[in-house]
Amino acid sequence: MSASPTSPQNSPAEAEASCRLPLLVFFGGAAFWLVAASLLGHLASIKLHSPSFLSHCEHLTYGRLYPAAMNALLYGFASSAAFGVALWLVARLGRVAVPQPWLVAFAGKLWNLGVLAGVAGIIAGDSTGFEWLEMPRYAAVPLFFSSLFIALWTLLAFHRRAERGLAVSQWYLVAALLWFPWIYSTATMLLVCHPVRGVMQAIVGWWFTNNLQTLWLTPMALAAIFHFLPTLAERPLHSRYLALFGFWMLALFGGWAGIPASAPVPAWIVSVSNAAAVMLFIPALAVGLNIVNTLRGGPKIVGCAGGPFCFLRFAVMSYVVAAVAGAVVAASAPGAVAQFTWLKTALTHLNLYGFVAMALFGAIYEILPRVTGADFCRKFMRAHFWLAIIGTVIHVGALAIGGLKQGALLGDAAVPFHNVIKTSLHFFRVATIGELLILVGNLLFALNVVGLFVKCARKCCGAQMSCCAAEPATTGGAK
Amino acid sequence: MNFGPLIFLGVFFTMACSWFGMIVVPQLQIGGQQPVKLEATGQMYPLPRAGLAQQGAAVYRANGCAACHSQQVRQGPPVFDVKLNDLGTNAAQVADIARKINHAAGAPLPGKNIWRTPVKKDADAAAKRLTDAGAKAAVVIVPTGADIERGWGARVSVAQDYLYDQPLMLGSRRIGPDLANIGARKPGADWQLWHLYNPRLITDGSFMPAYRFLFNEVPRRKDAPPALGALDKTLVAKTFPEPAGETVTDIVPTAEAVALVAYLASLNPDAPLFEAPAPVPPPPAAPATNTPAAVKP
Repeated sequence: MSASPTSPQNSPAEAEASCRLPLLVFFGGAAFWLVAASLLGHLASIKLHSPSFLSHCEHLTYGRLYPAAMNALLYGFASSAAFGVALWLVARLGRVAVPQPWLVAFAGKLWNLGVLAGVAGIIAGDSTGFEWLEMPRYAAVPLFFSSLFIALWTLLAFHRRAERGLAVSQWYLVAALLWFPWIYSTATMLLVCHPVRGVMQAIVGWWFTNNLQTLWLTPMALAAIFHFLPTLAERPLHSRYLALFGFWMLALFGGWAGIPASAPVPAWIVSVSNAAAVMLFIPALAVGLNIVNTLRGGPKIVGCAGGPFCFLRFAVMSYVVAAVAGAVVAASAPGAVAQFTWLKTALTHLNLYGFVAMALFGAIYEILPRVTGADFCRKFMRAHFWLAIIGTVIHVGALAIGGLKQGALLGDAAVPFHNVIKTSLHFFRVATIGELLILVGNLLFALNVVGLFVKCARKCCGAQMSCCAAEPATTGGAK
Repeated sequence: MNFGPLIFLGVFFTMACSWFGMIVVPQLQIGGQQPVKLEATGQMYPLPRAGLAQQGAAVYRANGCAACHSQQVRQGPPVFDVKLNDLGTNAAQVADIARKINHAAGAPLPGKNIWRTPVKKDADAAAKRLTDAGAKAAVVIVPTGADIERGWGARVSVAQDYLYDQPLMLGSRRIGPDLANIGARKPGADWQLWHLYNPRLITDGSFMPAYRFLFNEVPRRKDAPPALGALDKTLVAKTFPEPAGETVTDIVPTAEAVALVAYLASLNPDAPLFEAPAPVPPPPAAPATNTPAAVKP
C-alpha cells in the first residue's frame, strides 16, 4: 500500500482516547451479556439435574435456555468484546484516531439490541433451530448490518493508520474482521433467509459453527494475546516467522474443519473436514511455542498475581490443549466415540471459556483503565482469575471424562440408554460446580466493569467532564 | 514491512477456498437431491410430511427438543449373511456344502442363515457354491452398530432421509435417546402424549422434563362424562395419582401436543435404499431402551 493515505500523526494517547465511547458500549454490553449467559446457562444445568424444575413454564425449557445462553455468550459477550479489542488495537498499533467514534458506538448499541431481540426471540420460541444461529431473522438482520458496519469502520481506521508497519496482532484482527461478515452472512442467507434443502442445512450449519470459533473468535483472541503478552512481559516476540507460519496455517485449515465423523453427508466432505481439523493443532503449537519462547529466558521473570498477564497466559494454554484434543477427536475412531457426547461440549467450552473469554478478559482488564483513566479493583480481578481457571478446569474436566464414559457406554448396546444418561449425569453434576465458580467470577468481572464506569463517571462530574467526553487530556494515566 | 495487500489477498483467498469447497461444491453435489423410487414398493422416498406433522416440527423446534435428542442413526461396518432360500433338488449335497461353509450351521433348512461374515467376497463365493449345487441362496447385507442394536433404526441415516426436513434438526448431543425412528419404536399416540405430560408416569426415574404446558387440566365431577379428547387413564392407572373426593382431572392435550406427537410418529426412515441397504422387513424394535414401567407401548 505505497499510496498510503496521509493521516494526521496522532499521539498514542489521542489514538486510544478516540475509541473510549465505543469501548464503553462494547465492554459494557459484553459484561452484561456475560452475566446473562452464565445465569441462563446455570438455569439450564439445574434443569438437567432435576427435570421438574421450572417445567411448568413454556419459556424456560432446556432447549430454549441452553441456546439462549450460548447465543448470549457468543454474540453478546465474546463478539462484542472482540469488536472492542479490535478497535482499540487498530487505534493503538496504527497510532490512528478512530474517525467519528460515535458512529461505531451507535453500531455497537445496535448490535447489543440485536442480541437482546435474538435471545428474547429464542426464549419466546422463535428459534430457527440451527445451532449457534438460533436467533430469528428479525435479530439476525440487524446483527449482520451492525457487524458489517463495525468491521468496515475498524478496517477504515486501520487503512488510515499512521504507523504503517504491521504487528502480528494486526494480521489476525484484519483477517477476522473480513471473515466474520462473510461467514455470518453466508450462514444467515442459506439457513434463515433462503434455506437450502436437506443435509445441506447441516453442512452450512457445521461450517458456520466451526468458523465462528476458528476464524472469528480464535483470531481475535490471538490478536489480544500477541499484543499483550509480549508487551506485559516487556520482551520482544520470539519469532515473527513462526507467528506468520501459524497465522497462515490457521487461515488455510481453519475454514474446513467442523463436520462430525459420521455425518450423513457424502464421505469426501467428512474426510476433508477431519483432515483439516487434525491439522489445526499446527497453528496452536506454533502459537504456544512462540509465546513460551517469548516469555522464557528473558532477564525479567514475569510473576503472575492474578492480573491481565495471567488471564492471557492461561488462554494460550487452553488454546493448545483444546486444539490438540480437537485434533485427536477429529480422527475417525475417537470421533465416533465423541460424537453426541459431552466430550464435544467440553472441548467447545474449553475453547470458549478457557481460551477466548480468558484472552478477552485479560485484554479488557488492560484496555479499560488505559482509556478511562480509572482503575479496576485488583482484589476482584484476582478473585475472578482464580474462580475462572478453577471453574474452567473442573467444568471442562468433568464434562470430558463424563463424555468419554458416555461415548463408551453408548457404543455398547447391552447397556440400557437410561443407565448411560445416569452415568454421565453424575459427571454433569460436578461440571455444574465448576460452572457455578465461573458464574461467580463473571459476576465479579461485571461488578468490576460497572465499578470502573462509576469511578469514571464520578471523575467526569467531579472534574470538568474530562473522562467520558472524548478528550485526550487525562488519558494514558493508567500505565 | 508493509504486507497489508498481501494479507488481505491471502485472507480473502483462504476464505474463498473454504466457502467454495464446503458450501458451493456440496450444494452442487447434493443440493438438488430428489426423492427416489423404492425398488420394493415402488413408492417415492421420502414423502413430504403431512400438515399436522409439519406443525409438530415447529413445536419441536420452538421448544428446542434437538438440544437433547439427536435424529441420526450411526452404523458400523456391515456384515453379510448367506441365506438359504430353497434347498433345491439335491438336498444332501447342499447340506454337505453348507456344513463345509460353516461347521456350526446345523441342518440346512429353507429360510435359514448359513453363515455370517464381514467379507462380502467370501459371502458371495459361498452363495455361489450353494447355487451351483442347485439351491437358491442369497447374500443379505446386515447393518451393525450399537445404534441399530438398540433398535434406534434399521439402517444408517443418509442424506436422502432428511430431504424434506425444514429446519433440519439433527441434534448434537444425546442427553435423551435418538429419535430418528421414534415413529416406528413407539407408534401409539397415547403413549407419546402421556410421556410428554409426565415421563415419570411411564418410565421410572426418567430424566426428561414434563411438558405440562402442552396440556390442559380440566377438572370434572366423577360421574360426569370425560372431557372431549381427554387422555385414557387406563394406560397409567397404576402411577397416576387421582385426587380423593368428588372431582377428577381430565388431561386434554392442546393442539400443539397433538401436532408434536404427529411429528414424532412421522419419524420413521426405515426404507431400504441403494446407499443404505436394510434387511427386509426391518427387524422388530428391541425393547432395550426406555423400557416402560407401567405401560406396554
